[in-house]
Amino acid sequence: MSAFARVPWAVIVWLVLVTVPWWGSRFTTFLATEIVILALFALSLNLLLGTTGLVSFGHAAYFGIGAYVCAILMKSHSVPFPIAFATAGLGSGAVAALFGFFCVRSTRIYFAMLTLAFAQIVWAVCFKWNAVTGGEQGLSNVPYPELGWMDVLPLLEGLRVADRYFLVVLVLAGACAIALRRIAASPFGRVLTAIRENPERAEFVGLDVRRYQLAAFTLAGSFAGFAGALFGLFNRGVFPDFAYWSKSAEVLIMAILGGIGAFWGPAVGAAALVLLNHQITSLTRYWPMVLGIVLIVLLFVFPGGIAGALGSLRSRWRRAP
Amino acid sequence: MLEPSFLLGQVLSGLTAAMFLFVVASGLSLVFGVLRVLNFAHGSFYMVGAYLAWQTTQWVGAATGSFWLAVLVAACGVALLGGLIERLLLRHLYGKEDLYQLLLTYALVLILGDGARMLWGTQQLAVSRPPELAGSFHWFGATVPHYNLFIIVLGPLIAAGCWALLHRTGAGRMIRAAALDREMLAALGADVGRLYTLMFMAGSFLAGLGGALVTPVRSIVPGMDVEIIVEAFIVVVIGGLGSFWGTFVGALIFGQVLAFGILVLPGFSIFAVFALMALVLVVRPAGLFARPLS
Repeated sequence: MSAFARVPWAVIVWLVLVTVPWWGSRFTTFLATEIVILALFALSLNLLLGTTGLVSFGHAAYFGIGAYVCAILMKSHSVPFPIAFATAGLGSGAVAALFGFFCVRSTRIYFAMLTLAFAQIVWAVCFKWNAVTGGEQGLSNVPYPELGWMDVLPLLEGLRVADRYFLVVLVLAGACAIALRRIAASPFGRVLTAIRENPERAEFVGLDVRRYQLAAFTLAGSFAGFAGALFGLFNRGVFPDFAYWSKSAEVLIMAILGGIGAFWGPAVGAAALVLLNHQITSLTRYWPMVLGIVLIVLLFVFPGGIAGALGSLRSRWRRAP
Repeated sequence: MLEPSFLLGQVLSGLTAAMFLFVVASGLSLVFGVLRVLNFAHGSFYMVGAYLAWQTTQWVGAATGSFWLAVLVAACGVALLGGLIERLLLRHLYGKEDLYQLLLTYALVLILGDGARMLWGTQQLAVSRPPELAGSFHWFGATVPHYNLFIIVLGPLIAAGCWALLHRTGAGRMIRAAALDREMLAALGADVGRLYTLMFMAGSFLAGLGGALVTPVRSIVPGMDVEIIVEAFIVVVIGGLGSFWGTFVGALIFGQVLAFGILVLPGFSIFAVFALMALVLVVRPAGLFARPLS
């Protein structure tokens, strides 16, 4: 392991982010919140993509469900944030388990089709079920969590509510990321990697491949739900777009852009894509076009993404005399 | 109790929807059967076909036969687009994992969808029915537009044409051989690369044809690409991916379930189709007609 790789980069980045409310502008906090939430979303996808080798084309469905569950509970039923947040994760996990049951039954090609198809039905529900989801208009004016208790804490009393919410996001997303990391490194995660490398062989040594894949799908959906819950509150509203296929494309491209081979790769990809989005949208309205071109360039030029490109650059650098 | 005329109307509207879907899904299934590539952009080709048809009618105006010219232009234009994409992009990814091909066609969905928005905007566009087929029949109290009947007849004709092409011609034999063993066919001296391009163009042609034919019945809007690809996926999942007759039967079932699902779940009849698909997946995971895929 090189000295570079031994530095706890994730911890350093997290510590730098914690200080953002005290030196950053309103916009810095806004950007940092979006990056942290979408980084969690991309990391949750990578449990499927990088660890288990399953390519989901409908991951936004679970993000959307999390967002809607949390927002509906908090807005329409005045449920406190911790309960709404937990329910969002459980709810999307439950739906992921139901859909995953069908998705993991057949080949990779079927998996690709079914994840997309099931995600579209989630979108259709969000879009049409006016009474509960607000239909096409979505739900706006979703309240922030009650953060008045921060008044009594030193250093925090003077912060704006958006800054306070950013700290909440940072703590919750950090905890989720640690959980995902531990899952990937656990014996269970090793089994998932074995399935990715060679499903036939994994089956042959007695592993119930489908059951493990379903477990991974459920967990990934659940963490996507946590990310969605945080995003809905950050956005102060939830909209059917959250579950639309283009959102699934975005998170998939984040993961591939960052590199699915490294644990933090997708988080890096999320940051890169969010920053790129804010640059691009001031120049052109055609963001999906840009996304598609990014994906094609990645496929043909850097199949390993940013993390892979950095890795190969580093090894080339080290090999040079 | 339901009126017989109402039932007949539902059956026929289900059949029309099924035949539109069959034209599109058969292209998807054919391409997969031979190239082993699942083309996510197939729905985008359908959308491009619809826009091309609209554009052609704008240029030609209301001259006689302009609709048929538009259909021809759209289908051939999309076939050309497909050929270009196969030659320039897809070809370079055949040796790699199937994930790469999937992601490429997925990127094309984003690019074509946004490209269409760039060229044609986001407002709904419509093409009127060809004057020859503008009337309608009245059967047992049900009203059936001539155009719908034309589609109901056209679907099986296309199916029979494809079947004859695959099973009664030399080219069809080559296509079936390529589906079974690409390397063996190449070793025997056949130009498999060209065959793949032609196959991809044929699949794109069907998508463009479907898109053009649907314009008098449904409005052309952004988002129609993803809507149709999800429906086509459901059809091939029900029928069995890569199976030609499976696609036909899958489309028929889809159309009827959609038409009658409306009676049970108004506004949400797509759920009935999903429920059916889930059922098929549990009973026969590879589809009703498929040999299990490797």
